[in-house]
Order: sequence, then structure tokens, then C-alpha cells
Amino acid sequence: MKKNYLASCGNWFLDRFPLTKLWNDHMAQYYAPKNFNFWYFFGSLALLVLVNQLVTGILLTMNYKPDAGLAFDSVEYIMREVPWGWLVRYMHSTGASAFFLVVYLHMFRGLIYGSFKQPRELVWIFGMLLFVALMAEAFMGYLLPWGQMSYWGAQVIISLFSAIPVIGDDLSLWVRGDYVISDATLNRFFAFHVISIPLILIMLVFLHIVALHEVGSNNPDGIEIKASKDPWGHPVDGIPFHPYYTVKDIVGVAVFIFFFATVLFYMPEMGGYFLEHANFIPADPLATPEHIAPVWYFTPFYAILRAIPDKFAGVIAMGGAIVVLFLLPWLDRSPVKSIRYRGGIYKKAILMFVISFLGLGYLGMQAPTAGATIMARIFTAMYFGFFLLMPIYTRWEKTKPVPKQLTDQPTIEDRIPGWKATFCEMIKEVPVEKDGATVMHKRPDTSGIINVLIRTAKNLKASLD
Amino acid sequence: MSDQGVDRSKRQFLTTALTVVGAVGTGYIAVPFLSQMQPSTKAKAAGAPVEIDISKMETGQLIRAAWRGKPVWVLNRTPEVLEILAEQTDKLADPLSLESNQPESSNNEFRSIKPEIFIAVGLCTHLGCSPTFRPEIAPNDLGEDWKGGFFCPCHGSGFDLAGRVFRGVPAPTNLDVPPHRYMSETRIIIGDESGADA
Repeated sequence: MKKNYLASCGNWFLDRFPLTKLWNDHMAQYYAPKNFNFWYFFGSLALLVLVNQLVTGILLTMNYKPDAGLAFDSVEYIMREVPWGWLVRYMHSTGASAFFLVVYLHMFRGLIYGSFKQPRELVWIFGMLLFVALMAEAFMGYLLPWGQMSYWGAQVIISLFSAIPVIGDDLSLWVRGDYVISDATLNRFFAFHVISIPLILIMLVFLHIVALHEVGSNNPDGIEIKASKDPWGHPVDGIPFHPYYTVKDIVGVAVFIFFFATVLFYMPEMGGYFLEHANFIPADPLATPEHIAPVWYFTPFYAILRAIPDKFAGVIAMGGAIVVLFLLPWLDRSPVKSIRYRGGIYKKAILMFVISFLGLGYLGMQAPTAGATIMARIFTAMYFGFFLLMPIYTRWEKTKPVPKQLTDQPTIEDRIPGWKATFCEMIKEVPVEKDGATVMHKRPDTSGIINVLIRTAKNLKASLD
Repeated sequence: MSDQGVDRSKRQFLTTALTVVGAVGTGYIAVPFLSQMQPSTKAKAAGAPVEIDISKMETGQLIRAAWRGKPVWVLNRTPEVLEILAEQTDKLADPLSLESNQPESSNNEFRSIKPEIFIAVGLCTHLGCSPTFRPEIAPNDLGEDWKGGFFCPCHGSGFDLAGRVFRGVPAPTNLDVPPHRYMSETRIIIGDESGADA
């Protein structure tokens, strides 16, 4: 029989490197809860977007020039003259917004299913460090096109450091490397954006996943699957990550790419939300644009900064809005993880939090009028109230009994008959004279629609208890 | 490893000594690494004074110049503006400019050497945006109380036409007035105050 050279090459490698062990520990024999739903796509999608940013970023550095005199034109050069340069650049700029969208949804998943709670505090902390590193990465990257928004956005954010008492002015001077944002600042931001922070991001992703795989994944029921094991020592409610979740995540990836490509090809600037209009004007150190706002993913924190009528207190509040997130595992005193079994207080608190976060995000894009400032103050109070009052209200909440094992939720197929019945309830058949004959026509039924609306409202209210 | 014949106190001493030497070495190498992010000699030298000719300025006009990479405004104020400035001190956070930066020669009611010619660094003292020049009285977007001034589009800080900050806005101090002097009736030099180093 012919000797199999390929297999012996493989064995030579496996004798010297624990590839099989790594594969089994993290993929083929990593048991994940079997009830992952929609919300569990966003972790793997964040990894996909990270890869997209790394690949397109490296390609962009091949034509980009980190020089205050050349940067703006080199981006236009990439857009107009480099073959497929527009695609790579738009993939990178759309990827930045997609990254934040995916990460915000990923964090919200943690919030509703209690994934930050014991024993996953470190997973959450590494995740929060990733979020902070991602914000630094995005902020520094936004200076590189050297447009008006790049310049004045960086001016504002670096000036935040100067609000720190005593060392503030020297610190912001050190960060800028000049008395104003200049070529020195652009050059160092380029260095941070393409090498320092990406290395930190990759390291933190590694730590985030290692910590997760040590304690095991949480799930929508918020119970520990390791508590009940089969005779072979595997969790009864667990399934191997590969092939079950690798295949499931491919479906998520396909749907994600569908949306990503739609934005990429049809609305890469997203009406000024992903790439702001003022950034198509080269940086002018003598004139701030009439209306400046950060990119959408920073606006909630920016609105908090603006809501406080004091320089230092504003900076503290903005930093505090991120610091409280780090403390979440210790602020929440409820014994129950998942929102499915938590009391009404937490559900209402989360609803308030979502409203305040979206409200702040909207206000951060608007001009600072008196009315908007008052709204921003109310939302800021709600935002901090959600976190700082958490130790109190989570102790009051009346939790529901938590099941011993994972529960089955109705699938879309199970729900279709119910939706059909609801639809029929809102329709009535009316006789209509047509060409001398009477035919039945379907028309909206007002009383049926009102009934459905009342029932939906009642269900919504019940789901908040 | 066996503990036989191990001098634990010597081992502890060596570990501590190596840690201390290593920490000192790290401290030494950190100084050049961190210092190289400071402004370079070239950047420090780029602060040369700038000369501005105001002979062609009309009353009420604002001109902009660049000094140390920052915008500098020269505003020719009308007598009506000066009257308003003298009146509205109760709405200001620092009407006498006690907490603010200006050279001694401009430390007066109108924050200028000559009352009509106002010179300031055009950067908001909050987070460094350049405020917009809004000389009109009571425009729709700024409200009835607005008597002309500078409005920062970034975070909504307002300043009057002497660069004095209004109360209840994020900016902590009045706009900075740069060191400057008159070389003649119509020529101003920014960044140089005779006798004082700038």
C-alpha cells in the first residue's frame, strides 16, 4: 500500500503542536447551551467585522499618506484612482459603524440575559475593555481622512483631557504633540490606529474568549448547563459548538452580509450618519463647521457631555457613563440572570434605559438648543439612574421560579397559525356588486382591529410584569 | 525543587534586588519613550508673532488670522455694541475677567487696548471649537435675550462681543485674549507684547 505522505506530514505537525486539543477544547468539544437565539449571533459577527476591518485597513495603508498636507487628497485618490479603492474604503468605513451596531447589540444581549453576572464577571470586564479600545480605535481612525469633522472632532475630544485639574493642559499637549491638532497628531494617531490598538484589540478578543470558554456560555434561560450532566460528563442541555453553532452562525453571517452589502453599495454615507458631510471638506484650523456632531455611535456619550453645564463635571459624567458599565456585575443584586424570570421592575428599568440611550443618541446629533439640553439632562438622569439605583431595585424585585433545565420556546412555525388567526380577525368579507353579480370582497374590520390592538397592548403590559 | 540547603532569605533578597533594578531600568527607558511624544523643537519654534493690518477694516467687521495654528479674531466694535457690553454684566459668569486669560493691557471693561478694537483667540474655552460670530440682536435660534456675541456650535456656549462667557454654559472662562500690541495706529502684532515675553 502506498504510504500516505500527507497523513505523515500531518502527524509530524500534531506531534509538535496541540492543534487537536485546541480544536476540541474550543470548537468540537466546547459544549454550548442548545437554546441560543437571535441575540447570540452578534459575538461571532463582531469577530467577522474585526477581520473585515483588519484586512481592508491593511489595504488602505498601502495608498493612504499620514501627512497633514497629503492625507485628505490621498483618501480621494483611493476613492477615485486606486482600482477598487472605493470598495475597500467603503468596506472599512461601513465596517466601523457595523462594528458598533453589532457590539451594542452584543452588550444588550448581556444586559437582558444577565451574561455579566457571576461567574462571568471577567468575560464582561474584558468585553468592556474591548469596547473602550474599540472607541479609541474608531476615534483615532476618524482623524485620518483629515476632513473638517475629523479635525474638529479630535480637537474637542483631546480637549477633554485638558479638563482634568493640574495635569490636564500638559496631558492634552502630550497627546497632541503640538499646541493644536497638527501633522504630529495625525501621524501618531495613524500609528495608534494601525498597530497599537489593533494589537490590544486582538489580545483582548483572545482573553474574552478564553475567559468565556473557561466558565461556559450563558443562555436565554440564564441557568448553568454545567449543573446537570449526562453519564459521559457532558452537559445534558449542551451541544458541541462545532458543527452546531458554526453552521448556525454561517446563517447569521449570510443575513448580516446581505444588510452590510446593501449599505455598502447603495448608501455608504448613510445620509451623513456613517460618513459626515462636513468631512468632505479638507480640515480648516480656523473655522469650525456650523454644526458639529460625532459619528452616531458616540452620540449618546457626547449628549451626556453636553448636558452638564460645567467643563470638568461634563467630562466626569461622560467617563462615568462608561465606568458604570464596568461595575454592572456588582450593581445587580438579583439572584436571577435572565429577563425571562426577573421581576417587572428590572424589565421596566431596562425599557427606561433603552429609551434614554436612544434618546441621548438622537440628541447628540442635534444642535444644542435649550429644549434639547433639558431633554438630554432628563435622559442622563435616567441613564445613571438605571445603574446607580440598581443595587436597590434589584433587591426589591419579585423573581419568577427558574427552571432546572433549558426550556423550549415556540418556533416561528409554531407561531404562524396564531398570526394567521390574528390576520383573519382584522378582515371581514363584504358583498360587492360587480358586473351585475355579487362577489365577496375582503375589507379591513374596524372592530376586529381594535380588539387585536387592545389584546396586544394587554400582552405588552403583562410581559413587563 | 527540594528546599534542602536553600538560603531562603538570600533568595528573597536577590528577587527583591532584581525587581528593584528592573523597575528602575523600566523607569529610565520610559522617560525617552514618553518624552518623544512631547511637541518637537520645530513645533515649539513655530510660535512666531503675526502682524495684522486693520487700516481697511469697517465698523462691525470681523477678520480672522492664524497665530500658532490657532484662529485669532480682530473685531471692530460699533459704539452701540460698547453700550450693550457695559450694560449686560449681570448675565455673565466672569464680567471682570478675574478667572480668565488676557494680557494686563487688555484687563479692562472691554477687554482690549482700544475699546472698539477687540482681539481674541477664536477657540472656545470649553473644548476648543471655534465659535461663530453672531453680531445680530435677538435672532430666532438664539432667543430674545441675545444681544450679539459669539456662539459655539459644538456645545452651546455663548460669549458677548468682549469674549465674556455667559452664565449656565459649559465654557468655564472668557475667551483668551492673546498678547498683542499696536505697532502703529493700523498695524497690530499678535504674540508679542513689548516688554513681556510671549
